[in-house]
Amino acid sequence: MSAPILALRGVNKSFGPIDVLHDITLEVRAGQVLCLLGDNGAGKSTLIKIMSGVHQPSSGVIEIDGVAVGLPAPRAAAENGIATVHQFGGTFPLMSIGRSFFVGVEPTKGWGPFKVYDRKRANDIAVKAVRDFGITRIDDGDRLVGGLSGGERQSLAIARAVHFGARVLILDEPTAALGVKQATHVLRIVNEAKKRGLAVVFITHQVMHAMAVGDHFAVLIRGAVAADFHKGEKSREEITDLMAGGASMASLEAEIEGYMASHDGHPPPPAH
Amino acid sequence: MLSISFGGLLRRPEAGAALGLVAVLIFFAIFGGVTFLKPGGMASWLNVAANLGVIAIPLGLLMIAGELDISVGAMVPFGAMTVAVISGHYGLSIWLGVAVALSFGVIVGLVNGFLIIKTAVPSLIVTLGSLFAVQGIVLGLTVLITKSTSVALATEGPAKAIFGDFVMGGQLQVMVLWWMGLTALYIFFVHFSPFGNWIFAMGGDKVSARNAGIPTDRLTMILFVLSSTSAAFVGMCQAILYNSAQVAGGQSFIFNSIIAVVVGGVLLTGGFGSVVGIFFGTVTFAIVTQGIYYTDFDRNWSSLIIGVLLLGAVLMNNTFRHMALAYTPKKGGK
Repeated sequence: MSAPILALRGVNKSFGPIDVLHDITLEVRAGQVLCLLGDNGAGKSTLIKIMSGVHQPSSGVIEIDGVAVGLPAPRAAAENGIATVHQFGGTFPLMSIGRSFFVGVEPTKGWGPFKVYDRKRANDIAVKAVRDFGITRIDDGDRLVGGLSGGERQSLAIARAVHFGARVLILDEPTAALGVKQATHVLRIVNEAKKRGLAVVFITHQVMHAMAVGDHFAVLIRGAVAADFHKGEKSREEITDLMAGGASMASLEAEIEGYMASHDGHPPPPAH
Repeated sequence: MLSISFGGLLRRPEAGAALGLVAVLIFFAIFGGVTFLKPGGMASWLNVAANLGVIAIPLGLLMIAGELDISVGAMVPFGAMTVAVISGHYGLSIWLGVAVALSFGVIVGLVNGFLIIKTAVPSLIVTLGSLFAVQGIVLGLTVLITKSTSVALATEGPAKAIFGDFVMGGQLQVMVLWWMGLTALYIFFVHFSPFGNWIFAMGGDKVSARNAGIPTDRLTMILFVLSSTSAAFVGMCQAILYNSAQVAGGQSFIFNSIIAVVVGGVLLTGGFGSVVGIFFGTVTFAIVTQGIYYTDFDRNWSSLIIGVLLLGAVLMNNTFRHMALAYTPKKGGK
């Protein structure tokens, strides 16, 4: 098996005296969806920020294509093809689809100091990129992004990331604020991205959504990977139970705390 | 692709400003006759609009980018006093006075921008501070140097013709030409060059803009430098035009330019607006303040009109913006 596109090996993160992440080891492979599950405060957002270069790990290694590199800044992550799409799409509600698609990399026409923004080309490329992902309702690049539905905005943001060469898509709760139908849209797009050979890190609360697209699941509890398993290894009930704080969650938490107390603050190896 | 329709025009940011301008024109044409549209009358409001407009456009760009700069109110007398003290009181070259006045504008803009990007204190507070600080500097230094609060300045030659003279029959200030030229430049940079997109993106969502690779800090600095230098420029030109500078005055520019910008369709929270809209807003404002002289109304009523105009414009702009957001192209037979 080839090296994973993005891998974390024994990553720890503390903010001052507070340890947020403990010995996180995760692999993200091309054409696979890694679902990151966990309750609020489990450290999901910190983990995302480490993967996207916003935060630096206190210790541990980040590997890209099997080579240990750092991600000292968001720009470094972007250069390595890691793109993060946030809950509300990270788009600009009062800008047109074409303009927001090309923010920072505006296509121009003309020459010298008279280079002007090429509205038609920007609109055409943006609309085509979104339509290629199956969102056919978008056909006018002059529409304002704020007029799109939540799912369409997510789709636009994902299409944008893919268009600009993303290899790893980090989707931060893309379905959290969406209705059932809109969420289905986004899940279809996640599947499409997977089919195109992208690695996807999909952060969610909703087990249904995770089950629908995930190949590989990791459950975070108190900053440690409490469970790490592949598709089909656990039933929906078991995952829900893990996530929603059922009996096994409570026992796991107690177990982890006990283990960490007796093992110098190290968490137990994840259950398989 | 580019179809001009009435609905399409209404969805543009300057729609409210254009309608407001038409309404104001009709109002004053009815009550004051058309005198204010004849050359003599036009000069009176064009002069006001030009001085205001040169400041209002960069201020409007700051507001589109989600910031605000009220220190322009102190930069106008600062620019005026700098050139008057250097070239009037000390009798040095007018060009030196011009250069120093403009560089003070750049410096204050850099300080404003630097404090805002480093401290994340809202720009209203930072520039409120610099407004008072600069006012103090102007008053303190002027009295210290000249023992007076008013300094005379006599300018001749090309500097007078370029910065502070009357053109076209002696009624129109040369500032009107500056205003027209600068407006054209701003329109190009904001709406046609790729950089304009960055300003809108920054006002729409600063974090996303930064993640998209836009140098938001540098852009913030540039915009603050632009607004305070423009204000210093206006003050400097006024001093050259009127052959004197006062330490007071200039505060009216703060509210007047914000009104012009908001009437012009710029969203106070950023991300939406246009240079043409600010242009219309400025003209509308100038016509209201000057047009009142051509009617039988007491001029004291002009503030009432401006207040009503501002509220009306904001409500109208909100409506138009919602129309723009809700717009979906119609498909034939749904």
